[in-house]
Amino acid sequence: MDRWIGMLIVLTIAAFFALAVIEISIQNEDRLMVATTTSLYDTGLLDVITEQYQTVYGSNLYFLALGSGQSLEHAKRGDADVVLVHAPELENKFLSENIGGARKIIAYNFFAIVGPGDDPAEIENMSPLEAFQKIARTGETWISRGDNSGTHTKEKSLWQAAGLEIERLTDESWYLESGSGMGATLQIANERRAYTLADIGTCLKYRHENLIDLKILVNEGRELLNVYSVMAVNAENHPYLNFQKAVQFIKFLISDEGQGIIGEFGVIDYGRPLFYPAVQLLKENTNPQLASWIREYAFFDNSECPPQYRLGQDELYA
Amino acid sequence: MSEQLFDLVVRSLWISGTALLFSLLWSVPISLTLGLRKFKGRQVLISIFNALLGIPTVALGLTLYLLFSRGGALGFLGVLYTPTAIVIGQALLITPIVVSLLTSAIESVNPGIRDLAKTLGASERQASLAVLGEARKGGILAGVAAFNRAVAELGIALMVGGNIAGTTRVMTTEIARGVATGEMLLSIQLTGVLLLVVFGLTFLTNLFRRD
Repeated sequence: MDRWIGMLIVLTIAAFFALAVIEISIQNEDRLMVATTTSLYDTGLLDVITEQYQTVYGSNLYFLALGSGQSLEHAKRGDADVVLVHAPELENKFLSENIGGARKIIAYNFFAIVGPGDDPAEIENMSPLEAFQKIARTGETWISRGDNSGTHTKEKSLWQAAGLEIERLTDESWYLESGSGMGATLQIANERRAYTLADIGTCLKYRHENLIDLKILVNEGRELLNVYSVMAVNAENHPYLNFQKAVQFIKFLISDEGQGIIGEFGVIDYGRPLFYPAVQLLKENTNPQLASWIREYAFFDNSECPPQYRLGQDELYA
Repeated sequence: MSEQLFDLVVRSLWISGTALLFSLLWSVPISLTLGLRKFKGRQVLISIFNALLGIPTVALGLTLYLLFSRGGALGFLGVLYTPTAIVIGQALLITPIVVSLLTSAIESVNPGIRDLAKTLGASERQASLAVLGEARKGGILAGVAAFNRAVAELGIALMVGGNIAGTTRVMTTEIARGVATGEMLLSIQLTGVLLLVVFGLTFLTNLFRRD
């Protein structure tokens, strides 16, 4: 036999065999692709959720930690079954374009304005909007995420509410864009002795691990409210999507078990929860003021998901 | 070595090794054609492969992402965010390396070898095999250089692999993630292993080439 052909055949078999081994080692058919905001992933919360979810349902959860803006973009292209995000403005658009639906609010916490311990702009304990105005007035260095993530979206809306134009800010010498995730941005702010807006979860984790010594200067006020929700991607546009599994995952997150995991996460390590469960709060109005803040900030047409966007999953809203 | 570290190292080496095997499938015939046959446009083709040596991984990563995405031209394959996607990307990435290095190795083989083989009654194919045998040292260098580039690249693995834990997370993507999430220890260990692999392979090749 021709040695050439023999060699080619052996090489081909070896190549495809090697590929098959790695593909088979990760059972593909049973995967749920979750595009998620980085804060839920980087804090480790989703690892705990995965562990529990896998023991109950046996399904594999695959996470793409992308940031809210990018996660929704991935969903739009049909590259994810479920999205976990914290950017109500973007979510509203996502629903109205019929890209996804069955939205449930699962958790909340508050963003934090963090900065150097000596606080050169003297913003500690100010209201969020005053703090933003003061930073702009004193020209102390500010690091923006600049990546269209949920935190970046929030930051832009805060500058606007504080009466500053975001287009002009980007020209200022004290206003820098990191273009990176929350962790990297915190580290840059730490090195540059600068201020930044952070989700409290990532911030506490970084402080706990002594990666940053930035101080949490402002962490109260309804303007800093941070609401996390989950949505299933509409399978009408992308028939191969695993819609049933997506709904199953949403049900798990809003179940007592899922909400319990969210509320307990971080208490042992950080002495306080990083995220607060939102389902019972909204259903039973256990804290009327907070509930009304969440409704005003993250509801559309007085609903977490108006009926036309529920994708036939009305039972989620009973 | 922790289990997590071990898994990442094995997966990384396996994916990049598979990419090298695929790349050889087409790179060896291309190199033999470019190295042995005289045809119009040959120099242009060689120049193109040389130019592609420096292709940025993010450029290839983005192109493949757009192709493999469900909204893209090859979306129906469903390979985005699977190890297969990384294998394809890395195989393409290293093709210019294999082709450029192997072609010049073949070119530098004494043309007499091929003529001699033919005089002794070898067919064209058998003669080219004899040349390939003579060029094996250059060939091994090409393979090692290509593998090193594949195993050390980040852009493709991140963009078409998605850095999913347990399936497409490889050494480089975990190093980057570890730095971003503050888990430095694993990143530092992985960087050590990565350097060991890259330098170790080159060192072994040099030992082999000396004899």
